[in-house]
Amino acid sequence: MNPDQTTPALSIKGLRKSFGRPAVDDLALNVRAGEFYLLLGPNGAGKTTTLRMVSGLLKPDAGEIRIFGIDAIADPVAAKRITGWLSDEPMIYDKLTPLEYLEFVAGLWSVEASVAAARARELLGWLNLEAHARERCEGFSRGMRQKVALAGALVHDPKLIILDEPLTGLDAGSARMVKDVLAEKVRADASVVMTTHILEIAERMADRIGVISGGRLVAEGTLAELRDQFGRGQASLEDMFLTIVEQDRAAE
Amino acid sequence: MSAARSLPWFARHEARLAWRDMLAMMTAGQPRRERRVAIWLVAFAVSLHAIAYLVLRPYVSREIQPDLPTLIAVTSTILLSGSAMLSQAMESVTRTFYTRSDLELILSAPVQAQKVFAVRIGAMALSASLMSILLMGPFIDILIFRGGPRWLGAYGILIAVSLVTTVLAVALTIKLFQLIGPRRTRLAAQIVAAIVGGIFVIGLQTAAMFSGGTFSRLSFLQSSFVLAHVPGEHSILWWPARAALGNWHALIWVLGGSVLAFLAITARYAPRFAGYVLAATSTSIRPRYRQSGSNRFRVGTPAMVLRRKERLLILRDPWLISQSLMQLLYLSPPALLLWHNYGRGSTAIVLVPVLIMSAGQLAGGLAWLTISGEDAPDLVGSAPVAPGRLLRAKIEAVMQCIGLIFCPFVAGLLLVSRYQALIAFAGIFLAAASSTAIQLWFRAQAKRSQFRRRHTSSRIATLAEALISINWAAAGGIAVTGSPLGIIVVLLAAFLLWCVWRLSPARLR
Repeated sequence: MNPDQTTPALSIKGLRKSFGRPAVDDLALNVRAGEFYLLLGPNGAGKTTTLRMVSGLLKPDAGEIRIFGIDAIADPVAAKRITGWLSDEPMIYDKLTPLEYLEFVAGLWSVEASVAAARARELLGWLNLEAHARERCEGFSRGMRQKVALAGALVHDPKLIILDEPLTGLDAGSARMVKDVLAEKVRADASVVMTTHILEIAERMADRIGVISGGRLVAEGTLAELRDQFGRGQASLEDMFLTIVEQDRAAE
Repeated sequence: MSAARSLPWFARHEARLAWRDMLAMMTAGQPRRERRVAIWLVAFAVSLHAIAYLVLRPYVSREIQPDLPTLIAVTSTILLSGSAMLSQAMESVTRTFYTRSDLELILSAPVQAQKVFAVRIGAMALSASLMSILLMGPFIDILIFRGGPRWLGAYGILIAVSLVTTVLAVALTIKLFQLIGPRRTRLAAQIVAAIVGGIFVIGLQTAAMFSGGTFSRLSFLQSSFVLAHVPGEHSILWWPARAALGNWHALIWVLGGSVLAFLAITARYAPRFAGYVLAATSTSIRPRYRQSGSNRFRVGTPAMVLRRKERLLILRDPWLISQSLMQLLYLSPPALLLWHNYGRGSTAIVLVPVLIMSAGQLAGGLAWLTISGEDAPDLVGSAPVAPGRLLRAKIEAVMQCIGLIFCPFVAGLLLVSRYQALIAFAGIFLAAASSTAIQLWFRAQAKRSQFRRRHTSSRIATLAEALISINWAAAGGIAVTGSPLGIIVVLLAAFLLWCVWRLSPARLR
């Protein structure tokens, strides 16, 4: 068996971050290799803070983050090398074309030119951006910008893909395209950790779901497991999610 | 209370927004700083009055007669401030055209858009007046204090110039709009504004250098050549100067004329403003499918791609290009002087400080863009590259641009004197490095589009950047004369830099 299959794609232990009040509070979770893991939670639950710490964009106050066994706090550069990050706000350069943007990202991740070029064209093709590959991004719609940013997150072929609300503001067609690309990546053995408020995605795509509330993981499992634990009969994921969050708030 | 949607109602709305905007700009968005800012403003006003007193003391002690040399000097001062105000007004008009902000709300409301735009044109004139009063007011106050109330007319002239330059900017920008269309007007207006802002002073300076071999604009204006070629002192051309000197009859005509011009042009253009704004804003929302870049994929080391990215973004930034053009424009008189005096070896004392000062200021702007104005901080932050290496690449990009711009000047100096070229090179490098270091120490993440407001994030950084550039320039100027006093100024610059480091948030990080 490939050692990567036994090592968790992402392992978090005792993670804490406070901005005056705790945003992430003693969080622990494990994402298996090749898994599509969905992180759910109400606004301000600590999802984005967690993912930003995993991506090396925020320094934790305490705790441990391991990406495929690499200590992401002690050796962030090695961890970042196999990680791809996409935030909810597509941050791209208006004055660059999608191809130039991907060329830049490939350079940052030190991807060999011919490999990067082939991957860039493949991604732009998947995301239906070929016709716009040499046009500056300044006139692009939000959906197009998000797709360019997604291509940037994938051009170095990361083993762990971290996405924070990647479908916010996308139309149905663009959202489908992004979901298809992510499904393809999971089939190719990449691991995905994603936050979303669109519960339909959780039902259709996620291998496992984690629910965060108040900076802590309050429930975790497959959809069936969560249904067994929190649902009654054929309860929808929305009903279960609301039950979990309400129970947690009541316990506080 | 004024009726909703009437002119006064819109004016009150605009005034409230402008006041809050200005307050946020002065306090960098921190309400607790209001008191401190007020104290600084009072101190600033007092020191400006002190400077004005020192500058004007020798002149106002004697009675100023409105003779031809005086009229020429006052008129050129009015033209000088007028060109700067016209440049600022063009920037404001362009911003009104191309910034969407609340325009969609206003234009979708059942109101007469011309009222809104009439108020906005008025607000531009008001802000231009206030800005000129802020800068020129202390000088006028000292003139009133020493020379009597007749100098109050100078305030009237400031208001008249503000009104005229505002409507001139509106008319010019709209003319550009009609001539070259909304898409190209943005860049063209910015470039025209930059040129207009500097052309008068540069033209005057160049003429002074070539006709009299002097750097003194005043000496040139008082020369027999100019006196022989301007209209007589009873010409209508001198009315604004006469008004500023206390001729009430001239003041009424000049102020009345400018108010009429303002009202006429506002009445003519305000109704069309809505259409132009819609056309301009739609260019920013319609996809601009401009083909650029090559098909070839070039991937180097992270540092290489970062430097390439920074260079591309700088080259593709129209506003930055217009600002750089302005810098280069200001460098043109010393460049001409270098060419004119080539081989005579007497130019460096002026040229070297100008070069050093420009390098410091340009490097400050570029460093802000590359270090703080990163549009994809998450992408760069999540890349597998050590933060120090990323910063180094960005600093290298700034220094490369500075090198590219200033190398020809240093090379020119090298033909005149090796020593002067060495001083210029060292000064340019130190000024650029100091400004870049200050931007690094005071860095605060922002969007590149916020470049205009970069000064508001840290007053200390802005002040320090200018002060230290001036110090390096002074040190360079003294050094080319061979005086050892230059060492003292170098030490002062280094001390100031150390003080800035001590005050910077970077020390605490």
